[in-house]
Formats: sequence, structure tokens, C-alpha cells
Amino acid sequence: MLCDVCKCNDATVFLTQIVEGKMQKVNLCDSCSKEKGVQDPTGFALADLLLGIGAAEEIEKGAPTEKCVVCGFTQADFKKTGRLGCSACYVTFSEGLGSLLKAMHKGTEHVGKLPQRAHREMELSDRMRSLSENLRKAVAEENYESAASLRDQIRQLEGELSS
Amino acid sequence: MKFSNVMATGGEWLRGEGPHHQVVVSSRVRLARNLRTRPFPGWARKAERTQILEQIKPRVEELPEMQESFSELLQDLSALEKQVLVERHLISREHAAKSVGSAVVMNRRQTLSIMVNEEDHLRMQSMRSGLQLKSAFKLVDKIDSTLEAKLDFAYDAKLGYLTACPTNVGTGMRASAMLHLPGLVLSEMINQVIQAVNKIGLAVRGLYGEGTEAMGNLFQISNQTTLGEKEDEIIARLTKVIETIIEKEHDARQVLIQKKSNTLWDQIGRAYGVLTFAHAMTSKEALNLLSIIKLGVDLGAFPEDRRLPIDELFIDTQPAHLQKSSQQKLNAEERDELRAQIIRDRLRVFPRPDISKVARESGNGATSEPPNNE
Repeated sequence: MLCDVCKCNDATVFLTQIVEGKMQKVNLCDSCSKEKGVQDPTGFALADLLLGIGAAEEIEKGAPTEKCVVCGFTQADFKKTGRLGCSACYVTFSEGLGSLLKAMHKGTEHVGKLPQRAHREMELSDRMRSLSENLRKAVAEENYESAASLRDQIRQLEGELSS
Repeated sequence: MKFSNVMATGGEWLRGEGPHHQVVVSSRVRLARNLRTRPFPGWARKAERTQILEQIKPRVEELPEMQESFSELLQDLSALEKQVLVERHLISREHAAKSVGSAVVMNRRQTLSIMVNEEDHLRMQSMRSGLQLKSAFKLVDKIDSTLEAKLDFAYDAKLGYLTACPTNVGTGMRASAMLHLPGLVLSEMINQVIQAVNKIGLAVRGLYGEGTEAMGNLFQISNQTTLGEKEDEIIARLTKVIETIIEKEHDARQVLIQKKSNTLWDQIGRAYGVLTFAHAMTSKEALNLLSIIKLGVDLGAFPEDRRLPIDELFIDTQPAHLQKSSQQKLNAEERDELRAQIIRDRLRVFPRPDISKVARESGNGATSEPPNNE
């Protein structure tokens, strides 16, 4: 069995860790295990180690030539550093990142703090949804007076959203 | 504020006065944030990093919490000064390696430190003594809310705050506590505890974070995941686990007193003897022996008013602190000699360990912790 990190030497160190009921396995050769500081099992977390390896594999599932149009970061860069280039990279590499994040975290969606700005955007888009729904009803009921007023409100809201 | 003031005014969180201070040295919460339209620091070119810094630093300095702050560009700090900040946990080891295009801003009380262009554009951390994760989060959360009004943070409706490393995405929050666990180490139960903690998705690390060795029986415990859980839920979960570890540590100390008292007094006596008479000491040896003396104070073998001098020695005997206070660069041998000298001087006024006092106190259940009823 080959080492998961260098993929050239035979693996001599086999690690298994159970994190929240999910089993994670890594096979390493002697020199890679030393490099990753695996000798002291108390001082390291398998997830940290897995990040580099898993990350590279997951990203490879995407198109091999994928490159972030905003910052020029490539999947090869990610493989090397384990870090992304800019916030747009999360969109560029979303396919590979999805399963990586799933394995890494407790959930796949953020449920914590919202910046005020995002909060406002969410409120606006909620309002937009309900206005559109009312407009659809008004049109269906041939209530054109109310439909016209709703349309104006929607236009105004669109202005706010794009500002 | 000048660097000399930073040296002179030991951080507030270093004074062990917070809740559960016998076991929890300090609590820290950090948030990672990035600007929406800029490349992350590791990928940005030098000129761009400098622009980002110029955009962020004034906004940080004008925070009401940063009145009379210490604000410095990394290239203007000497290697030794950076190391002092690392030893105080005010900047990370990674940040100390940075130069042009990075900065650190911290408040006078050294309870709030903001790194600009570390791995992320902003790393804001708040420190408290003892177990106070909630209040540490409250402060850093407030800073974040103030800054987001002036800076456009990268945020995604599904993934939350976007960070350079996918391990931080979501809340961008890492909450951690530094625990002093000599009881669990001496009774050889520490590995069991670490494994249990790892199993529930929390990380245990050494004194200076990722990849560092555990010295002085000090362990950092922190949340491993940042996506799919609310900030206050993460903090509540971590606090609960830490409270359990505190209980286990006190139990282990009681068992040591009752069943292995000779080993315990031998350890305390030896630590006292070596620290009082040694003429050369590495920082690792110093931390390990000071840890045993700290345990001795907790157990009543030394008077309570000796706690602060010992806590101070933990920091003052670190390599950069030694050299900064002696105002000269020293080689390892010279450092070990100076370290031993400082410890001898401070321990000269230290009374011998009074074991009878411990035995009496634990015998009638008058220690500060409830007796073990198991």
C-alpha cells in the first residue's frame, strides 16, 4: 500500500481516527509521518492532516484546468497550500469543495452570525418574494389597480437591492 | 503606546483571577474576516497586501476599544519583539513570520489583539483569564459588528464568512481555553481525556497552538469545526466539555492526595529543590517544574499569595522575554543560566512546601473543591 501523501513509498504508519462517528483513515510512509509530526498522537489531529490530502483529491474531481477568473488561483495552488486565493474561489471550486466541507464540518450551511448588510438583503428579498406573489394573485384576479401599485413597489425594491 | 509599555504592563489575562483559574489559565476567541473583493493575504502580491492593510488598519485603530492602542507594522518589529508577542499569545507564530504588508493592533490591557493580513485579512482575538469564553466572544463580536459597517466582509448566504482556509469557513470563529492539567498528567489519565475530546470534534493542542508540544502540563482545547453550528452553540458545547475536564482534574488531584500522596509530595519537593538551587535550566524544564509548584499552590502546600509570582515566571522565563528584559541577545547556554538565576531570585522568598497543611485540609474536606464522593 502506498503512502497517501507522497504516493511513492510504501506506507508503514496506519492511522485511524473516529470523529463524531465517522471513521477517517490515513496511510503514511515513514518520512511523511515524521514530516507531518505523527509520532506524537496526542499532539495532532487527523483532520488537519487529512485536509491537505483530502483537499487535493476532492478538488481533482472538478475540471483539471479550473482557474479562478477573479484572482487566477488554480487547483494546483490549492493542492500545494491548502488555502484558497480569494472569496470567489469558493464559487470557482464549489464542486470539489462541497464534499470537502461536508467531511470537515458539522454541517454544510452557515447558521451563525449574519453581517447587517446580508441581513438587510435577506429582508429585502423576502419582501420581494411576497410582493411578487401578491402581484401574481392580483393579475389572476384581474385587479389591475392593485397590480400596478405592486409593480411600482417591486421596481423600487429592485432599485434598493441593486444599490 | 510603545513596545516598552507592552513589556512593562503584563496582560490582564495573564493574572490568574478569572473563574476556575486553578485549572483554566485563559480563554480566547478569535474571528477571521476577509474583504469581499480582495485576494486573501497568502495569494495577494506585496503591493496589494499593503493596499489592503492601508484600508483596514485605520478602521481598526479608530475603534473606541483601541484608544491608546499599540499599533505596529510587522516590518517595524524586531524578531525578538515579535517573539515576545508570540509568547504572550498576542500574535500567532505564523503572524510573527510576516513582514511588509502586515500589522498588529492591540489594546492597552492586552485583552484584544487584531492581526491584519495574517492568513486572513483580519484575525480579531479577545483574551480573558480563567474560563470566560462567553465574555471573550461578546467583546470580539462587538468589534466585528462595528467593523462590518465600514468594511465589506466576504460573506456567502450558504457558507457564511469566507476564509482563506476552508477549515475556518462559516463562523470564522475559533474559541479556545488553555488548561493546566498536572493532576491528569501525573495520574496518567491525560491521553484518555484527549482521545475523548477529539472524538467529539474538539481539538487538543500544545502551548503555542497547532503542531506544538504540550509543556508545563498546559493544553489548549478548541473547536475544530466552524460550519453548521451557531457561535453561541459552539461556545456552550466547548464550555461544557471544559467544565467536565475541570471536574476530572480535581478528581485526579484528590485521588493523588489520597492514594499517591508520597509521589505527589516527592514531585513538589523535587520541583522546589531544583528550581531553588539549579544554575542552568531550559525553558521546557522550567515550565514543567513551575507547573508542579503551581499545583502545590492550588493544593495549599504554598501560601496563596505565591500564586502570582509563579504565574509571572511562566511568561518571564520564556526565551524572548528573558532576552528582552536583559536587553541583549543571548545564546541558549546564557539563556539557561539567566533563567535559572531569575527563578532562584524569585524563589528565595518562597517558603518550603508545607505538606502537613495539605494533608489537614484535604482530611477535613476544606479544600476549595468539593470532596470526591465516589
